[in-house]
Amino acid sequence: MQQPGRAAEIKANGIGKSFGSFRALDNLTLDIGRGEFLTLLGPSGSGKTTFLMILAGFVQPSQGKLFSDGVDITNRPAEQRAAGMVFQGYALFPHMSVEQNIAFPLRVRKKSASEIKNRVGEMVERVGLKGHEKKLPAQLSGGQQQRVALARALVFEPGVLLLDEPFSALDKSLRGQMQAEMKRLHQETGTTFVFVTHDQSEALALSSRVAIFNHGKLLQVGRPDEVYDRPANRFVAEFLGEINMLPVKGVRPADNGATGLCEDRAVNMRCKAEAIKGDAILAIRPEDMSIAPEASISENGIAATAVASTYLGAATKLDLTTRQGARVTVSVPNEVAAAALSKGNSVWLTWPAEKGFLLPDGGQ
Amino acid sequence: MRGTLSDRMGAALLMAPLLLFLVLAYAWPFLGVVKWSFTLPTPGLGQYHALLTDELVQSVFIRTLRIAAIVTIVSVTAAYAITVVWVRGSPVQRVLAEFCILVPFWISVLTRAFGWVALLSNRGLINTWLQSIGFISEPLTLVRNEFGVVVGMSHFLIPFAVFPLASAMRSLDERVLLAARGLGSSRMRTFWTVFVPMTRSGIIGSALIVFVFSLGFFVTPAILGGGRSVMIAELIYLRIFQSPDWGLGAAISVVLVVFVAALMALLFRYVKPKQLV
Repeated sequence: MQQPGRAAEIKANGIGKSFGSFRALDNLTLDIGRGEFLTLLGPSGSGKTTFLMILAGFVQPSQGKLFSDGVDITNRPAEQRAAGMVFQGYALFPHMSVEQNIAFPLRVRKKSASEIKNRVGEMVERVGLKGHEKKLPAQLSGGQQQRVALARALVFEPGVLLLDEPFSALDKSLRGQMQAEMKRLHQETGTTFVFVTHDQSEALALSSRVAIFNHGKLLQVGRPDEVYDRPANRFVAEFLGEINMLPVKGVRPADNGATGLCEDRAVNMRCKAEAIKGDAILAIRPEDMSIAPEASISENGIAATAVASTYLGAATKLDLTTRQGARVTVSVPNEVAAAALSKGNSVWLTWPAEKGFLLPDGGQ
Repeated sequence: MRGTLSDRMGAALLMAPLLLFLVLAYAWPFLGVVKWSFTLPTPGLGQYHALLTDELVQSVFIRTLRIAAIVTIVSVTAAYAITVVWVRGSPVQRVLAEFCILVPFWISVLTRAFGWVALLSNRGLINTWLQSIGFISEPLTLVRNEFGVVVGMSHFLIPFAVFPLASAMRSLDERVLLAARGLGSSRMRTFWTVFVPMTRSGIIGSALIVFVFSLGFFVTPAILGGGRSVMIAELIYLRIFQSPDWGLGAAISVVLVVFVAALMALLFRYVKPKQLV
């Protein structure tokens, strides 16, 4: 249907937006690659939706420039940008049938009747709405409305598709199904997708890159595994999933990384300590820690006592308290958790050196 | 249905005086009018037969429907424009529009009708101004005809047409309009293909209200029509008070009430009473 070359490449250069005294977006510079699936992730009010609205042309930035394929589009009105957009709540035309909704962008572009018919038919089939063409949006389920919204936004082969929390109204199982479908549509069309969500698991599952926002600032952008395994700061680390934070003292460079003291035991980190020296926070994901009866001196480990457990089916989430009172959560096999709890006294928490990373102490 | 049984009974109790008033002051006397229509001057269906054959009555009916239809188109169109400004304009525009909508309610219908006479008559403001700039040599006949009636009635009814439209425009999902623009539609096209169709219930409600009101207009057509554009209410008045033909006057009244009731029933099929205020 579409040549991947038609996907747009977008550059945001120092984009800022203020609403009165509220700084919604601050000096954002970001390159969105041709055909990539970029997710804008952040809590509500973090600026991610404002940025999407600026990309769509519905909101005019207070500062900065926006380029599409090298052309300055900062002042180009929304109707001339040709960005497909899927809104939260879908924003379908309630007085038009499924077919008419999907045909709308083609009618606007004055395509011939036969071309409209062909492309709408193709799109209806692609999103699995065959047999529903004559229905009004109100007669469709949430998932079906979602498909109409996607079809309507993609039918005119836009260079970029903007999606504003499109799955927030769907129940969990349908959401998973629609996510898979969207991933497929992305591969098939080759269009650049920019997707806004506050759901980190959705962001990690779908995107080729994730951009994390907070308080109007872009904190980090990278591949899902990069931002998950090597978050730039504490906010990113915590926002992307549960994480344990342990204070480390006397951090200094060492062979292959850094070393420091955690609960009076020497621990090794693979990451570089150049930026961080002295006191810092050691962050480790729950699934990267294991429970052992003992830890050798060459191994990273701290002593802790199991206090509570949550059965999750495939694994158990175990809450522990370290000797110095830090709270730690680990995800371990069910029988390991049971054994740790029944013992009542101390166990060892261990983790491989490459799984722990350092964050500045006290910073965000 | 919301509310508990006692809530509903309380509401019914609060509405009872109104219902009682309507029955005593309106329904009961109207039954008397219905009775006249079948009994005066002689018992039977004679008056209704006369309705079907009397050319004057028929021409007045047709004129009333025609004027009501024109007034409806004029009022709803003008009200639509005002309402767009009122609901979607800048803060200053909103205040101005609101002022224009509310001020007419403070001026009596008689004052307004005579005001239009002053503006539209042969030696009125409009004709003298057009003559003074040499645009016309003979005064235009703007009043004491259907044109004057349409102007006066539309002026009166536009504010009433605004409310159902405003209600429809306010409940419209803003994102749908953004979606249309994002899909490449110009503002004009979005207005005609998305905004107007989405306010359809408001247009229907507004049109029916204006139409129903127009059918019963008395003072404005009597003054601005100058006896040449008699509408149905004036005809009833003439039959009852000037040519004592109570039976025929009553029969016309009954037909008018039945017709209006049918229109109201139609109105409430399309719009909820809540949307009209």
